[in-house]
Amino acid sequence: MAPTYQLKRLDFIFKNENDWKEILVGKINLPPQELINELISSELKGRGGAGFPTGLKWKLTSEEKEAVKYVICNADEGEPGTFKDREILSKVPLKVLTSMAICGYVIGSKEGYIYLRGEYFFLQHELNKAIEEFVAYCRKINFEFTIRIFMGSGAYICGEETALFESMEGKRGEPRNKPPFPSVSGYMGKPTVINNVETLAHTYTIFEYGAKRFYDLGVQYSRGSKLFSVSGDTPKPGIYELELGMSLVDFVDEFGDGDTKAVQVGGASGFLVPRKRFSETTIGFQGKLTGISLPTGGSMMLFNSSRSMYNVLDNYLEFFREESCGQCTPCRVGCQQLLNGIKAVKRGEKTAGYLEKLLRLAETMQFTAKCGLGQSVANSFSSIVENFREEMIY
Amino acid sequence: MTTKIKITINDLEVEIDQGTSILNAARDIGVIIPTLCYHKDLCVAGNCRVCVVELVGQKKLSAACATPCEEGMNILTNSFKVRNSRKHIIELLLSEHNADCTRCYKNGNCELQKLASDFKIMTQDFIRLVPFKNYTIDHFSPSIIKDDSKCIRCQRCVRTCEEIQGVNALTVAYKGDQMKISTFFEKPMNDVICTNCGQCINHCPTGALVEKNYIEEVWDAIADKSCHVVIQTAPAVRVGLGEEMGLEPGTRVTGKMVAALRRLGFDAVLDTDFSADLTIIEEGSELMVRLKKVLVDHDSDIKLPMATSCSPGWIKYIEHMYPDCLGHLSTCKSPQQMFGALAKTYYAKVRNLKPEKIVSVSVMPCTAKKFEANRPEMHDSGYRDVDYVLTTRELAIMIKQAGIDFQKLIDEPFDRLMGESTGAGVIFGATGGVMEAALRTVYELVTGREIPFDNLNVTPVRGMDGVKECSIRIENPLEEWEFLEGVELKCAVAHGLINAKKVMDRIVSGTSEYHFVEFMACPGGCLGGGGQPIPTSPEIRQKRAEAIYAEDQGMPLRKSHLNPEILKIYADFLSKPLGEKSHQLLHTQYIRRERF
Repeated sequence: MAPTYQLKRLDFIFKNENDWKEILVGKINLPPQELINELISSELKGRGGAGFPTGLKWKLTSEEKEAVKYVICNADEGEPGTFKDREILSKVPLKVLTSMAICGYVIGSKEGYIYLRGEYFFLQHELNKAIEEFVAYCRKINFEFTIRIFMGSGAYICGEETALFESMEGKRGEPRNKPPFPSVSGYMGKPTVINNVETLAHTYTIFEYGAKRFYDLGVQYSRGSKLFSVSGDTPKPGIYELELGMSLVDFVDEFGDGDTKAVQVGGASGFLVPRKRFSETTIGFQGKLTGISLPTGGSMMLFNSSRSMYNVLDNYLEFFREESCGQCTPCRVGCQQLLNGIKAVKRGEKTAGYLEKLLRLAETMQFTAKCGLGQSVANSFSSIVENFREEMIY
Repeated sequence: MTTKIKITINDLEVEIDQGTSILNAARDIGVIIPTLCYHKDLCVAGNCRVCVVELVGQKKLSAACATPCEEGMNILTNSFKVRNSRKHIIELLLSEHNADCTRCYKNGNCELQKLASDFKIMTQDFIRLVPFKNYTIDHFSPSIIKDDSKCIRCQRCVRTCEEIQGVNALTVAYKGDQMKISTFFEKPMNDVICTNCGQCINHCPTGALVEKNYIEEVWDAIADKSCHVVIQTAPAVRVGLGEEMGLEPGTRVTGKMVAALRRLGFDAVLDTDFSADLTIIEEGSELMVRLKKVLVDHDSDIKLPMATSCSPGWIKYIEHMYPDCLGHLSTCKSPQQMFGALAKTYYAKVRNLKPEKIVSVSVMPCTAKKFEANRPEMHDSGYRDVDYVLTTRELAIMIKQAGIDFQKLIDEPFDRLMGESTGAGVIFGATGGVMEAALRTVYELVTGREIPFDNLNVTPVRGMDGVKECSIRIENPLEEWEFLEGVELKCAVAHGLINAKKVMDRIVSGTSEYHFVEFMACPGGCLGGGGQPIPTSPEIRQKRAEAIYAEDQGMPLRKSHLNPEILKIYADFLSKPLGEKSHQLLHTQYIRRERF
C-alpha cells in the first residue's frame, strides 16, 4: 500500500508565539538594511497568490522619502477555498503584529492597519485584545507603532490591494491604475507596504530562525513552506503547512479520496488540473526551469468523479460575475458573457464551436482587464473548458 | 525642466517629456488610439479598456490613457493582439448596450456608435445582455433624462459631477453585472441634489444622459396660428450653434441664427442680451443699496458679498449646499426669467397682444434653465413666464429638421422691442462677463467716469482660471455715492461648482473680503453650459470665449446703462430700478433645500 504520510509536514506558522517580545526588541535594534537583506536572501514571496518578493517590497517602500508611510496587513481572505488567514489570526496573532511592527521600523512607518474581511467580524474581539497587549508593550519599550483594525464589508474585490486602499479611504472599492504601485503611492497616496497575513507570519519565522532555515525549504523559485487550505472531496480537509514545490501527484495521493478527477489550485481565480496532468504539475511559483508550476494563495479543492465540471465552472463564473467591481469592460461584461455563453452551449442554443469564441474572449480578458480579478478569470475558465470540453457540451 | 525620454511607437522613435501618457504621446505624432472613458476635462479612469496598447515584451496590454511612458518603451498600437482585444471590448460594450441607434437622441453624435462604425462591427457574436436587465428610464427631471440601458459605465458623468461640479449627485451603485450609475438611494434625478447643470450630458459619450427636449412642443406652438411665439436667445448660443452646423468652434453666427429662427416660424426673434442689460441695472442698483446699508447704516441683516443669481445650476446648488447663505444671493431673476416675465406683460402691452396667447420660448446653452422655467414661483406675469426652454443642441435639431442650409443664410438683425442689447449683455455668456458688465456700469454710475481699464476690457475677470479676483478703488465718486470714497471694491468670479464651493467656504468661514461675487455653475461660464454642442474641451471653450469677447468688441454700445431700450422700458413701464414693478416682475426669492 502507498504510504499514508508522503509529504513533509512543517510546523513553523502555528508554533507558539511566546518569543515575540525578544524578536521585536532584537530586530528593531538592527539596521533596517540588514533586515531587508535577510528577507531578500530568504526569497520569501507574497503568500496571497501573486508572489511578489516580500523583501523587495519592503526595500522599495523604505527607499521612498515620505514622512508618513503605512503598513497594511491584508486579511481580506476572500478567495473561494481559502481559510488559512483566519486560523493564523486566531491562533498566532502576535506573530503577524510583530512582523507588522518590524516592517514599520524597516520602512519608517508608525501606523499599521489590519484590513479584516467583513465576514471575519467574530475575530475582531480577540484580535483587538492581542493588539492592545502588543501596542502596550511597544509603548513600554518606547517603540512608536500603532495598529488598528479596519473592517471590510464583504466585497471580494477589496482583497485587491489598490481596491483595498480605496475601501479604507471610505470610497468604493475599485482597483486603481498601476503604476503608481503601493510602494510609491498606496493608502492615502502614501508609500505603503501591504502584505498578506500569511506572508507576515512567514517573515516572523524568518526573523525567528533565520533566512537560511526558510530558504532550505522548497525548491528553486519557490522557497519555504506554505499553508494549504484543503477542501472538497477529501477525507481530511483542513489547513496544512507543506513545502512548496511538491508534486500534485504526491498531494493527491495524500489528500485524495482515491477517485480524484481534478484539483483546482488557487481557488476560483486559479487553475484546474485534470488527473492526466497531476504528474507533471508542481505547486509553486512559475520559474524558468520549473515546467508546469502553479501558484496558489493556499486553496486546494479536490473534485472526484461524482462532480460535474460544468457545475463547478458555472459556480465560479457566477461568483466572478457578482464580485467583479464592474468598472472595467472586459471583466464586467466578459464575466456575464462567459457565464451566459456556457449556459447557452449547455442548453444547445449555441453550438459547441461557441466555446472557442469564449476561450478567445477569456484570453482578451486576461490581456486587458484592469486588475487581477478580471485577468485571472481566464485561468479557471480556460483550464476547465479545455480539459472538460465534453462536460460543457453534453 | 522636464526630462526627455525616448520611446518607440509603431517602430517610430520619438522623444517626449517624461510622464506623458502613451495616449498623448501617440496623438502628438498622429497615431490615433480610440478612447471612451477618457475625457480631457476629467481625471484618468482607465476603465473602458478600449485604448489598450501592446508594450513589446509584456504579456498583458496596457491602457494608453493611464500608462505613463517610460524610457525605452516599445509600443504597438495596432498589433494583432491589440486589434483583436479592442474589437472584443467594443463587441462587449455593444452587447451590454441598448443599440437602438435609429431611435436614439444621440444618433450621429455618439462615441460608441462612431467606434462601432470605425471598426465595422457587423457581427453579433456575443449574447445580447440588455433584454435581461431591468432597466428603467428616469425622466422625472425637467432637464435631464437618464437611460441606463445606453450606459457604458465609463463613469465620465460621475467624474464630471465630482470633479467639475463637486455635487456628487451621480455615483456608482452595486457591483459586478449589476453595477450602474445611480443617485442617492436610487431616487429620480429631480429628487436629489442634482443641479440640472447638464455637464454630465456634455461629457456622456452615449445617449445614456440627454436633455429632456421640448422640440415637438415648440413646433406645435409655432403651428398654432392663434399663438404668438416669441423666442429669446442667450448670448452663449450664438458662439456655440455654429459647431452643430459644421462650423469651427468659435464661429460667431448671431445673424445666421436670427435668420434661421425666423425661417423656423417664430413670430418674434428677441435677445436675452436685452434682459442681461436689464439684469445689470437691477443687480448693480441692488449692489449699491447693499453697500450703502452695510457701510453707512451698518445694517447687520444685509449680507455681503452679494452673489449673482443668473445661473440656475448655481442657485440650486447654493439652495442645497449652503441654505443658510441664501441672503447673499441677489434677488434678481436670471435674464431668461426677467425676459419671460416682461414678454407677457410689457411686450404684450406694447404689441397689443393677449398674454395668454403668447408662447415664450428661450434657447439657452443650459439645461438648468429648463428647471428654472419650471419653478413654481416663476409665474409673475400671471402666466408661466417662460413656456419652453430649448438648448443650443435642440435648436440645431430644429434647424436641421426644417431643412435650412444654415451656412448659406444671410445675417439678419433681431426684432425691435426687447431685441436690442449692448456688448455688456453679450459677455454674460463667458465666465467673468456678468462681473465685467456690472463693473462697467456700476463704476460709471458711481463716479461719472468710465471704468479705468483699457478699452473697457476688465481683463482680471477674464480667462479660465477657476477663481478670479479683481479689486477697484473708488475715488472721487459723485455726491450721492460719497460714502464709497476710497472703498476698494473687491470682486471674485468662480465658474464650475467645485470652484464656487471654494469661494463659498471662504465666505462661510468669514475669511472673504469680497463685496460682489459672480458664480457660474459651468466651466467657462454659459459658453461651456450643459446645453451646448458636444464635444466640449478646454480648447473649444477657449475659442467660444474669444468669440464672445470679439462680439462685445464689435458692438456699438458696450455698457448696459446706455442701451436705449433699457432707458425706454424704465421710462415707459418699470419707472425705476428696484421699483415696485421691478420687484414684482424681475426679482424673486429662494428656497432652502435638503443636502441630498
